[in-house]
Amino acid sequence: MRFLLVEDNRQLASAILDRLAIDGHVVDHAEDLATAEEYTSTTDYDLILLDIMLPDGDGRSFLNAERARGKNTPVIVLTARSEVSDRVGALDMGADDYIAKPFDFSELEARCRAVLRRRTGTATNTIRFGQVALDALAGTLSNGSKVIELRNRELRLLEVFFGAPGQIIPKSKLVDRLFSYDEDVSENAIEVYVGRVRRHLEGSDVSIVTVRGLGYRLAVP
Amino acid sequence: MRRAFHAPRSIRRRLTLQLVTGAALIALVLFVIVFNFARQIGSESQDRILAASAASILDETSVISGRIAIDIPYSAFSMLDNASDDRVFYRITRDGAGLTGYDDLPAAAQAGAAPGFDTVRFRGEDLRVATLSRRLSIGGTPVQIAVTVGQTRDALADVLSRILRVTVILGIGFFAASAMLAVLAGQSTANSLRRLAGSVSRRGPQDLRPVVAEVPSEMRPLVASLNSLIARLSTALTRTEDFIAEAAHRVRTPLATVRAHAENTLRRVDKEENRVALREMIRAIDESSRAAGQLLDHAMVSIRADQLDLSPVALNALVGELVDRLRPVADLKDMDLRYRGDGPLEILGDPILIQNAVRNLLDNAIKYAPADTPIRVTLTHQGRSAVLTIQDEGIGFPESGAAHLTGRFARGENAAGVIGSGLGLTIADEVARAHHGKLTVANTQGGPGACVRLSFPLR
Repeated sequence: MRFLLVEDNRQLASAILDRLAIDGHVVDHAEDLATAEEYTSTTDYDLILLDIMLPDGDGRSFLNAERARGKNTPVIVLTARSEVSDRVGALDMGADDYIAKPFDFSELEARCRAVLRRRTGTATNTIRFGQVALDALAGTLSNGSKVIELRNRELRLLEVFFGAPGQIIPKSKLVDRLFSYDEDVSENAIEVYVGRVRRHLEGSDVSIVTVRGLGYRLAVP
Repeated sequence: MRRAFHAPRSIRRRLTLQLVTGAALIALVLFVIVFNFARQIGSESQDRILAASAASILDETSVISGRIAIDIPYSAFSMLDNASDDRVFYRITRDGAGLTGYDDLPAAAQAGAAPGFDTVRFRGEDLRVATLSRRLSIGGTPVQIAVTVGQTRDALADVLSRILRVTVILGIGFFAASAMLAVLAGQSTANSLRRLAGSVSRRGPQDLRPVVAEVPSEMRPLVASLNSLIARLSTALTRTEDFIAEAAHRVRTPLATVRAHAENTLRRVDKEENRVALREMIRAIDESSRAAGQLLDHAMVSIRADQLDLSPVALNALVGELVDRLRPVADLKDMDLRYRGDGPLEILGDPILIQNAVRNLLDNAIKYAPADTPIRVTLTHQGRSAVLTIQDEGIGFPESGAAHLTGRFARGENAAGVIGSGLGLTIADEVARAHHGKLTVANTQGGPGACVRLSFPLR
């Protein structure tokens, strides 16, 4: 997916770019509204992440102008201002969603996914191995002729495995991806979710293998 | 009651009272002056007639062949005639010895040739007497002839009582007219004050424009200082709101940077102790950003709750939208956020505050309830209220009771391990109170989990 990040704080922007790149997205970064307008006039993006307070103006006016030009690219507003008044304003201006800084990347990811699902609805995001295909956007796994609706954690777990087939993934990494940081969970809690996902993969040529003492590995044909 | 004298509660009453008292005093003084003046004039005119009468008798007194001859003229008494039955007495003396008339009629003391006057008691009646004397010579011997004429004072009393009546009527009339004018003056003064007060109090809470009411020049300084106060208040409010927004921005942006980097680093490091440290760091960031956010939200809510900007709020749509917004967050924990709302329930309120309150309650439910459990959100019409119920299957509130949790920074003793500021319920409670609604927190009966109810009176 191609994203545009409009954010004037370089350090924060670099961290977000870093993360989105890990997730396999192509991201352009604009530090102000003028650059952002340049980008949007030449490139079609799947999603725009828009900060509100920018050096050359209010992100909401950019949003307004985009919508006035008939551009319907989904926009998620990043706001660091008080939530009491700002969020409402952003939605009224035609943003699809907002997220308050500082945010959890999992939440950002979930919100992006929800917005993209709502706005595009196309299954362009399918990863296929042998008889199974994972559609991260739709949140479904097809196993042969079966189409399984995944719960959110099952989906995120499968995304980790499908993103690194054949590699050993330690339990601790899976804990980081699945649980929020304020939950005190033991690594064994992962086993429950791995168990569920294994059931979804039953009867296919793809399986999750336990590597004793190290973690798990996705075995693909 | 002394206080009432020093600080009367009404300017109108004080002004009227002062004017009426002044009018009464002036009427009284006027009455005394007019009455005394009338009495003096009446008295003087009687004196003059008495003196003239005595003079005319004295003029007719002569010495004829060594004897004193007195021919009392008719006019001497006719001039004293009047409408009343005043009686006239006279006495003529020669060197103090009575020649004719009433021997016991007292004479008035005289100074030189001028007539003397006196008021005396004679035969049970008050008399005004005038005495005039003259020197005659009988065969070379000087003799002193004195004429005293006296008259009762009935006519004078009669005139005076008529004058008194007229004066009293005049005084009362003057007083009544002044009192009426005083009341009118008091009212018109109070009216201009009331108009000013009305133009200030009729305005809405967000209306901080200067006052432009027409007022008398004496009240202009008041209006000017009122306007400068309004201007300062408006500046202070704007500055506070700007400050809150700015403070949030300043605190949250660097926290967001640190958090994002920490999360990215966590994905790259493998060593267990580094991972633990990074997780701790992220938790600390979350804790401080949440506390900062909630504190600033709380400040904003307090400001707005003081001066509610009411508008019709479709509660069903508002809650539905919030639930949709929070669904991705609930999804992260595989929580099922279910919402069922009764028709269009409309209340009068500040939508931003209500949104904030409901979001805090939903946040709490998502935070405290375990993964894979449902959260039921229902909006129902109960009597004259719209009641929002949020039920989860989490740890619930502590055994010791939940009522105190709406206090600032109060957290349940079973909430350790979950990031929170202890302000979420406080904000919701404050918003409920500002709207004459109610927040109740309890554990779900016969089951695990918390049950939070937020009710607002319907329009």
